[in-house]
Amino acid sequence: MSVSWVLAIILVIGVVAFMVARLRAARLEPQAGVKQHSLPGYHGSYALILAIFPAVVFFGIWKAASPVYIDSAVWRSLPEQVRSASDVNRSLTMGTIYTIGDGMRRLTPAELDQVRSGQADLKALFASRGVALASSGEPYMIPAAENYRSMSDSSSLWSAVGAILLSLAGAWLGLSGITLRRRARNNVERVMLWGLIAASTVAILTTVGIVLSMLFQTLTFFQSVPLSNFFFGTVWDPRFAAAGSGGATGQFGLIPLLAGTLYIALVAMLFAVPVGLFAAIYMSEYASRKVRSVVKPVLEVLAGIPTIVYGIFALVTVGPLLRDISAALSGGQPFIMAQSVLTAGLVMGIMLIPFVSSLSDDIISSVPRSLHDGSLGLGATRSETVRNVILPAALPGIVGALLLTASRAIGETMIVVLAAGVAARLTFNPGEAMTTITVKIVNQLTGDLEFTSPQTLVAFALGITLFVITLGMNVLALYIVRKYREQYE
Amino acid sequence: MTDIPFHQAGATDAVAPPRRDIGIKRRYRAERRFRLYGLIAIGIGIFFLAALLFTVIRGGYTAFWQTSINLAVSFDPDVIDADGKRDSDPNVLATANYPLLARNALATKLGIDVDAEGNRAELRLLSGMISQGVRTQLRDMVLADPSIIGTTQNVWVLAAADVDSAHKGQIDLAVPESRRKVKDTQLGWMKTLTADGTMVERFNRGLFTFGASSRPETAGMGVALIGSLYMMLIVLVLALPIGVAASIYLEEFAPKNRWTDLIEVNINNLAAVPSIVFGLLGLAVFVNFAGLPRSASLVGGLVLTLMTLPTIIIATRAALKAVPPSIRSGALGIGASRMQTVFHHVLPLAAPGILTGTIIGLAQALGETAPLLLIGMVAFVADYPATPLDPATALPVQIYMWANEAERAFVERTSGAIIILLLFLAAMNLAAILLRRRFERRW
Repeated sequence: MSVSWVLAIILVIGVVAFMVARLRAARLEPQAGVKQHSLPGYHGSYALILAIFPAVVFFGIWKAASPVYIDSAVWRSLPEQVRSASDVNRSLTMGTIYTIGDGMRRLTPAELDQVRSGQADLKALFASRGVALASSGEPYMIPAAENYRSMSDSSSLWSAVGAILLSLAGAWLGLSGITLRRRARNNVERVMLWGLIAASTVAILTTVGIVLSMLFQTLTFFQSVPLSNFFFGTVWDPRFAAAGSGGATGQFGLIPLLAGTLYIALVAMLFAVPVGLFAAIYMSEYASRKVRSVVKPVLEVLAGIPTIVYGIFALVTVGPLLRDISAALSGGQPFIMAQSVLTAGLVMGIMLIPFVSSLSDDIISSVPRSLHDGSLGLGATRSETVRNVILPAALPGIVGALLLTASRAIGETMIVVLAAGVAARLTFNPGEAMTTITVKIVNQLTGDLEFTSPQTLVAFALGITLFVITLGMNVLALYIVRKYREQYE
Repeated sequence: MTDIPFHQAGATDAVAPPRRDIGIKRRYRAERRFRLYGLIAIGIGIFFLAALLFTVIRGGYTAFWQTSINLAVSFDPDVIDADGKRDSDPNVLATANYPLLARNALATKLGIDVDAEGNRAELRLLSGMISQGVRTQLRDMVLADPSIIGTTQNVWVLAAADVDSAHKGQIDLAVPESRRKVKDTQLGWMKTLTADGTMVERFNRGLFTFGASSRPETAGMGVALIGSLYMMLIVLVLALPIGVAASIYLEEFAPKNRWTDLIEVNINNLAAVPSIVFGLLGLAVFVNFAGLPRSASLVGGLVLTLMTLPTIIIATRAALKAVPPSIRSGALGIGASRMQTVFHHVLPLAAPGILTGTIIGLAQALGETAPLLLIGMVAFVADYPATPLDPATALPVQIYMWANEAERAFVERTSGAIIILLLFLAAMNLAAILLRRRFERRW
């Protein structure tokens, strides 16, 4: 019986239990002096939960655990010399056995007898039924395959029977105890509360998943590449080793990537911070309500444009433009490449303007009005008020906002993939191409993957470095922002 | 009483003291300068927005029209099925030389003798006018209705990409002929065809329906649109309930302790984690560990769900917080349980805010590219994905892939695809704004 059928049957049992329970609760005989505790709907929901929840949990656990159990049982049934042969071949052998076992379902009884007696050519026979067999198969595989087939058949049968029985039992439990004083609502609400708690732990699980998944791959990576080569290496050259060439793996130096990342982020911040900050100040100090209501959403449109669009803007428009301008300025040879730190930084800066301005706007407007009015009342001009009163008061918050912006610049991917170039080099010339951590993660992971080669695994080491850097900045920024808010609240 | 002398001897008339120079002019100048900096900053922002939109629209609006040629194609049985075996062998109709039919039709139109000796080169140029997509187009017509063999049908066929670019005036005709992809002979034919209305630009439906193709004129975003649709549905179905449930717990039920503090800090951090890290998570957990297929919209949807969750949670909590406590007190006061209070009273009042946040989160997810690259959605997918488990691409990934193509006609399609993506995002954001305007209540 297929999984979806079992689930559908359980669902039907649950719905029927819900309706019957609700009807029964609604038709309870009123008794003098005893009030009904829960509305009929809650009795119904309680029966529904009892009918569905334990059965689905049981079914899920069985489905997750049974392949593991069957696998080890079949393996143990194999002859001794096969098991001792090699550990690497295990998955190959087991894969063949499973294919034979599943393929046997498609054979006629006569052919099955042939197979059992060892007279049939397994590969040809299976190919005629549309089952591709990798190897021709050994004689010992046939009893193992039959063993596997019968075990998986009985497993799916018993899991279905068990789940449906459990569901029926739950429904009976829900239906049997319906009385006036049954506290169905409290039970239902307790389950709901656990559901809410479970949902709120998804965020925690995501973080744990990020850290663990990257950590495991990173540890595997560091088994083949020493820590110091990664963190202090100045050469990035992950030559893709030809298959079977063994040791030749290339060099994985983080320094050029980190330098490129920070350099591009710095250029972006140098552009975005003054523009964003002044825009925010103008908006909160000078702009009339009308101007504000138009300009603010327009700037926020910049934040809503996907980064891939900025990347293409850099690749198609800004890069060639900068190259042509620099060529015209120097009279021939351009000193800014089309793909360069400057191109990527400038376009990333455009992307960051709305982040800086809206974050700063929030922080500036959270400075108490009295400080502002007091300063104006003493005769300061608006710019003096901003410079000498508001900015100092808002400084911690603005620093936090800038940290958040910087972490976004460091983690930005699509703009640098398209506009910064792929050559990992160390240079101070902003007109040349540099590359970043995110570009290399994308480069290493598009195409063929092999979760055993350092060329693939290095992406996870880069990823965890990026994660740690941005996490540190975010935590610091949130801490500063929080601390600062408390001052005025 | 003594009179105070009104005028003391020797006293001079009071004169206003000379104005102290408090630098008022300098300060006002500084004020004006400061104000100007602000204006310049806003101007820079608006200028770049305008420049970006302008370059995208200028480069992309032509992608919505595609040059087509109206041909009277005669489905010649001698070309399709020279040996007359089509009743016995179904492959005959599927593998027939359909481009030849279109070429012959074009030749007839231009008055070129196909059978004459010595115009092989001319005929090759003629074939080059028509898109290779004509093969599947005519084949599908014949397979759908074999009785059209032997008849003559009027068919709109796509022009080849270079001809299309030339027709739109995107090819520099001053370049010497040998280095041009469109030859002078072909340009002459194009003039003739355009003059009699056979070659016209028609609305490019293929841009929305075709799958991946290495030929620009038959490349479209059909697969990407469906992939993005699947992913948005998965995000909506998973992220909205989980996000709302998590926010309700944190906002309405959670006790103030270390554990809930941890969850809160976590959510705020997740909102700022670079998106590419979520791609690594998806690759390691969903593809490598759980064994889900690479390039599937399901994996993409799950990754985007995790990415969107913090946005939805933060928006939902703000919406719940905005519901005044009097609503809760009122509901509790007339005997509702806490759960009933939240689900019957608070949540409906917070719904507009939640929906707005969800739409904005979905819009973010729709434009996200980097994590999808890592889970292998950069794939050449020509067929529509039937389920979320089939390989697919997404709108932004399609844009990225086209941006890496060299041909001129793909540049136009890249910008065209960006226009479509931006229109979707604009529509979603507009919906969010309208929802907020229409339903938001201020207490």
